[in-house]
Amino acid sequence: MNEMNITSAQYVEEDGVNTSIKATMDGKVLSVPIEVGNRHYDEIMRQVEAGTLTIQEAE
Amino acid sequence: MTSQARQLADKAVVPTGRKNLIINGAMQVAQRDDEVTGQTETNGYKTVDRFQFWTYSGGTYTLSQDGTEAPQGFAHSHKVLNTSATTTVAGTGVTFRHRIEAQDLQHLDYNTSSAKPVTLSFWVRSDTTGTYAVRIYNPDSGRMVTKTYAISTADTWEKKNITFSGDTGGVINNDSGYAFEVAWWLAAGTDFTSGSASGSWEAYSSTKEASGHNVNLNSGGNWYITGVQLEVGSVATEFEHRSFGEELALCQRYYTKFDFPQTTPFFPSHRQTGNTVRSTVTTPVPMRTTPTINASGQPFLSYNWDNSSNFLVDDGTSLTVIGSSLDANRFTISNPDVTGVGSNIGSVYAYNGDLECDSEL
Repeated sequence: MNEMNITSAQYVEEDGVNTSIKATMDGKVLSVPIEVGNRHYDEIMRQVEAGTLTIQEAE
Repeated sequence: MTSQARQLADKAVVPTGRKNLIINGAMQVAQRDDEVTGQTETNGYKTVDRFQFWTYSGGTYTLSQDGTEAPQGFAHSHKVLNTSATTTVAGTGVTFRHRIEAQDLQHLDYNTSSAKPVTLSFWVRSDTTGTYAVRIYNPDSGRMVTKTYAISTADTWEKKNITFSGDTGGVINNDSGYAFEVAWWLAAGTDFTSGSASGSWEAYSSTKEASGHNVNLNSGGNWYITGVQLEVGSVATEFEHRSFGEELALCQRYYTKFDFPQTTPFFPSHRQTGNTVRSTVTTPVPMRTTPTINASGQPFLSYNWDNSSNFLVDDGTSLTVIGSSLDANRFTISNPDVTGVGSNIGSVYAYNGDLECDSEL
């Protein structure tokens, strides 16, 4: 209900493993854990499934 | 007391022990900000802890923890002020909301024939009189209930009591997600008012969310609230005042902000590999989930390699959250940008920065 405004999302990796998502949400740069139940992660995945957001691969 | 009266008394649902299901109902705690301005097309937690604000096509707002305007017995309220002229369209929506963790609502016995009623009480004041909607939404069942209250006198504190029946047909999962979202509507277009709510639990419909609501805060319009209590039973009892420390600790399960106003030792840190340094953040209480983090302030961290004079200053924007131990109050963050001159970390300092940890519902 009433989605967050997410303008970018990119995986962050450490030792070859994705550890978090760096996302700009409502104008703030956030580090979002890859964890179901975290409201930011849940919203990112909801928008990905809806086709309105793509998570960029880690650099 | 007669035996019949005794039986009735025994059956009455009277809250005992901690009764208020709302956290920070007296608006005492505001870790994020005392005031934010220019809020338009926004959704999230802004000022007082545990309460969020959502607006869409409904004006521009200043939100604040108000320390001067409050009813007798309270020191704070939350103020919503519309600072722009507003034209209501079909999709207009402005709400003030509070979410409650599902595992804290198991005693309501929802989805059984013994589902218990709850009573919402609060103090409210506005310069805009009329009928306002308040609804509870349960995402676990996809069900909702909407009722209304009236503000009959402008600029005067009024106490409102609203009882919601128990939901015999809607489950509340026993988990750490949210099961109740209480929303006070401040403005609503026909997308949210065109339906006819029954006043009882029913399948979610956006058109019924603000059914009966007939006012909108125009430019300069204000709305204050405090003393919010949700309790089991069909009677509103006196507000349960909790100490600031107790309320703060309850809030910190969902949000904790560390301020580093001066050069301050950061959390215990070690060199993980290459240019990566990991730090273990210890929070005041275990958080609900691994938190989202946000570091702000320029510069934020300095790393002293080998306790030498070689400092690296970093803005902290690359801090990432790695994982947590939720049975304990700690989690790990990593900074991959620490390029230095030595192989070991000496001291890590933070200064002029904040670290926000958010595991809100």
